[in-house]
Amino acid sequence: MDFLTIIQILDSTIRLATPLLLACLAGLFSERAGIFDIGLEGKMLAAAFFSAATAAITGSVWLGLLAGTLASMVLSALHGLASITFRGNQLISGVAINFLAAGMTVLIAQDWFQQGGRTPSLIGQGRFNAVTLPFADALADVPVLGPIYSELISGHSILVYLAFLCVPATWWLLFRTRFGLRLRAVGENPAAVDTAGISVIGMRYAAVAICGLLCGIAGAYLATALQAGFVKDMTAGRGYIALAALIFAKWRPWHAMFSCLLFGFLQAVALRYQNIHIGDFVIPVQAMDALPYILTVVILAGFVGKAIPPRAGGEPYVKER
Amino acid sequence: MDVMPKWAEVVLVPLISLLLAAILSALVILAIGEDPIAAVQLMVQGALGSTYGWGYTLYYATNFMFTGLAVAVAFHAKMFNIGGEGQAMLGGLGVALACLYFPWPHWSLALIAATVGAALFGAAWAAFPAYLQAKRGSHIVITTIMFNFIAAAVLNYMLVNVLRPEGSMDPATERFSPTVHLPTLHEILAPFGIQFSKAAPANFSLLVAIAACILVWALIWRTRLGYEIRAYGFSEPGARYAGISPTRIIMISMLISGGLAGLMAINNVMGEAERLVLNATEGAGFIGIAVALMGRSHPLGVFLAAILFGFLYQGGAELALWTSIPRELIVVIQALVILFTGALDNMVRMPLESLFLRYRKGRS
Repeated sequence: MDFLTIIQILDSTIRLATPLLLACLAGLFSERAGIFDIGLEGKMLAAAFFSAATAAITGSVWLGLLAGTLASMVLSALHGLASITFRGNQLISGVAINFLAAGMTVLIAQDWFQQGGRTPSLIGQGRFNAVTLPFADALADVPVLGPIYSELISGHSILVYLAFLCVPATWWLLFRTRFGLRLRAVGENPAAVDTAGISVIGMRYAAVAICGLLCGIAGAYLATALQAGFVKDMTAGRGYIALAALIFAKWRPWHAMFSCLLFGFLQAVALRYQNIHIGDFVIPVQAMDALPYILTVVILAGFVGKAIPPRAGGEPYVKER
Repeated sequence: MDVMPKWAEVVLVPLISLLLAAILSALVILAIGEDPIAAVQLMVQGALGSTYGWGYTLYYATNFMFTGLAVAVAFHAKMFNIGGEGQAMLGGLGVALACLYFPWPHWSLALIAATVGAALFGAAWAAFPAYLQAKRGSHIVITTIMFNFIAAAVLNYMLVNVLRPEGSMDPATERFSPTVHLPTLHEILAPFGIQFSKAAPANFSLLVAIAACILVWALIWRTRLGYEIRAYGFSEPGARYAGISPTRIIMISMLISGGLAGLMAINNVMGEAERLVLNATEGAGFIGIAVALMGRSHPLGVFLAAILFGFLYQGGAELALWTSIPRELIVVIQALVILFTGALDNMVRMPLESLFLRYRKGRS
């Protein structure tokens, strides 16, 4: 394997890790506030469709991003309504949202575009195009560092940089601000937050809204940057991988970035090679597909460190007891 | 004392939820420029208007009875088994191995072997998450989701690399031998002089599914184990105090749940396709969630809800055939049913409860 191949695999790792990272951080906000969210997949899918559809109709990818984010936040509001206001089962609500998005996107796509549940291909301003960082071309010829800068770091869409900036931003917001302290407290001990005179319901809705926003960007990235348009079920389980990455990272922002990069790397390798031959031993491509899930189960089982979720996760808060 | 009488709890709440889901679905059909009343007529005609339609409706319903019972049994122990899909996939593997590698002289023997194979494989796939929940405290929902994906990878590997016949490009096993063919409803009913469509896939497994409903009812409400499962689901500390071992209940109820989900394979793999293909389950494992919620985790409710969803599935296929409404409408209806009967349950329940309270106050 030569240097250029490694660069290419790492480059595609970054591309594939971006939607995982955004969705993972989305889940981080929600679950840290005590709202389990297995509806990441559905929110991404809805955002992917509405961003691609809006971009295809208006020709502006920014309007697409806006529409996608709005769609995702509407589903988030539904999740909040079910799990915060009506104290329903958060997991069941997440499952419902996933199906709702899977069905509605195809239904609307068929109605609007009549192309078998897809949007027209996006061209020109309808997509997020690659951003060339300063001096990328000039430095391309420098040995080793040149290709790393011009191929690996430069030349991604703006959303990729945004996603990676979200990591320190999330860390700062959660661990260095009053809002973050309260948000984490709501997920650990909502009664204490309530006693301090802060609205548990308000904090949880805020967390769910941030979750919707980030999922929306993740979905828009899928349909308008990674690919050019929406196809049926295009999230392909990424929401669940993001969930796995979140557990793998034990609900911490920086670790979330590394676990998303790891899972993105696995996807990139599985995409490039079919079966991997190591001497006489063959690793089938299916093993690569299953690896993120297997790793997560191992982590969950507590064989490699213990993943302890926020203590009040999944429980609706009842004020009067 | 309960706020609501039992009939309201069991019949009224699910009916109102269903009604809300139906109204929203009708709005969706209106929004894409079709006529909801005509759509319902077409669905009823296509799913219930002929023995052919009934044959498909009952075929789908058989799948959903198994997966619905699977989710329901786990619900009784306060566990959410979202892994029915993966367990049913593995059940398919069990059926395929049982049917392919033994020369069964008669279908009845093959059915017994396939039933055992399906239940064992399904239960085995549920055993890992159950063990991790019981012993290591890993959340069963997350592990069963992960196991769905791992099951898909395992099945993909087995079909592509192991079970695929020589020279075939299609990732599927070869056809089972004709001797393991399960009688279809046509073949069962013909001796009684009842004409039933030859082309419809409903088969003997329907009777197995109904038997499973009765057995699950007996298990949950007529045995000591069922009592323990319900006690554990109602209150873990209470059950522990009564000397019921949580580990034992988690393991047993998940094994039963996984086994039931796996059993679905005798219908779709042995009864219909007569070979194992990729994605044989077609999401039936997830529909089990909607069926169990709709049926309030009671076998009779599951039976009725499974037939309702069978009707929706067959009716939806007819809609997709004759109108511009895609099959995905069914997914939307399924989502709305899960949403209203599961997550937004309190939205229906709270106003009803206050209504009943007011009525009771007025009377006394």
